[in-house]
Amino acid sequence: MSFLQKLKTGLWDENPGLVQLLGLCPLLAVTTTASNGLGLGVATLFVMTASNALVSMARRWILPEIRIPIYVLIIASLVTCVELLFKAWLPDLDRSLGIFVPLIVTNCAIVARAELFASRHGVFDSIVDGIVMGLGFALLLVFLGSFRQLLGQGWLLALLPPGAFFSLALAVALKNHFDRKQQLARRTLNATDSRQT
Amino acid sequence: MATIFKSGLTLAAIAAVCTSLVALTWTLTQQRIADNQQAYLERSLQPALGDVAYDTGILDARIEIPQPHEVPGSGAAVVYRVYNNGEPAAALFVVTARDGYAGPIKFLLGVTPDGTVAGVHVLEHRETPGLGDGISADVSDWPLQFRGRAIGNPVVERWGIKDDGGEFDQLTGASVTPRAMVKAIRKTLLYFNSNRDLVFARETAP
Repeated sequence: MSFLQKLKTGLWDENPGLVQLLGLCPLLAVTTTASNGLGLGVATLFVMTASNALVSMARRWILPEIRIPIYVLIIASLVTCVELLFKAWLPDLDRSLGIFVPLIVTNCAIVARAELFASRHGVFDSIVDGIVMGLGFALLLVFLGSFRQLLGQGWLLALLPPGAFFSLALAVALKNHFDRKQQLARRTLNATDSRQT
Repeated sequence: MATIFKSGLTLAAIAAVCTSLVALTWTLTQQRIADNQQAYLERSLQPALGDVAYDTGILDARIEIPQPHEVPGSGAAVVYRVYNNGEPAAALFVVTARDGYAGPIKFLLGVTPDGTVAGVHVLEHRETPGLGDGISADVSDWPLQFRGRAIGNPVVERWGIKDDGGEFDQLTGASVTPRAMVKAIRKTLLYFNSNRDLVFARETAP
């Protein structure tokens, strides 16, 4: 699979937020502004890539019985590093994200990639997987953040928790709509093809 | 048995690697984080100083006045002092009005040596959004009305909100919150007026 195909998988076909519906807690909570969404998105992208790399490197020594504690250990350490880096270089962003930076530890999208992908593939492939999946998650966060920030100017509800659920539902619905349209187009195309032959 | 041993060793090895990673990052960032926190605190104190000129760091001369004192709040009263050319320029009181509408209101009150208010800046509150939260400078201009006022301007009996026959504006739909704030400011000013030397002349002065 080429990098572009993988990118499409991460951003669209298997987007962690839109399709797998993983990591919804941070996704719903921080997307009140585009910059918050971008901040948490980049942090998650980094942790996902690095944890995929480390898990993949250690995969030969990891016995199945202790794999979960090892994932937790690796992810928690990386998140602590990210938190320290944020506090040192992006203190304002860190203040507005608050508890959600340390809570990246509990983002199940990251554990899911470690378990489903990194523990079974080479280091390079795992890094690529972390990047594309992280990008998919980050872009969704930015999209939701911009959407809610715009709407929130005149409609306060968009910034409150119900607004988060509505926006995500809208994004999922839009994605399904496009997918179905494409499927339909493909089917009619196939149908005309078969009639011609 | 051998598996348990092996698992334990693997866990220990990976824990060691992860801990070194965190330790390394901490060493690299620790100084910057401390600087940032200092700068943030300084920035959050600054609005209560209004346009007072000073040449010392706000955090340099912090004192705690132990109980008993008449500054509203619990425990020791925290005061930051700033100086200009070695002369006292202003004192910043950290005041907590405990009778807010929805819990205590923590704010800073800047006072110049002659007892005039330099600025009022709310740090923490849980007042109703749209009503009582007007005490916060980024919501309304309400806190600006105290600037330049002192005990005597108006006289102490008129240091209240208009509903109570005082001179200060309240907020539309909220009188409990402003009443609590004005009362706490009045008490602090009265304390300052009778303890001025004590407030400025404490060991940590430059």
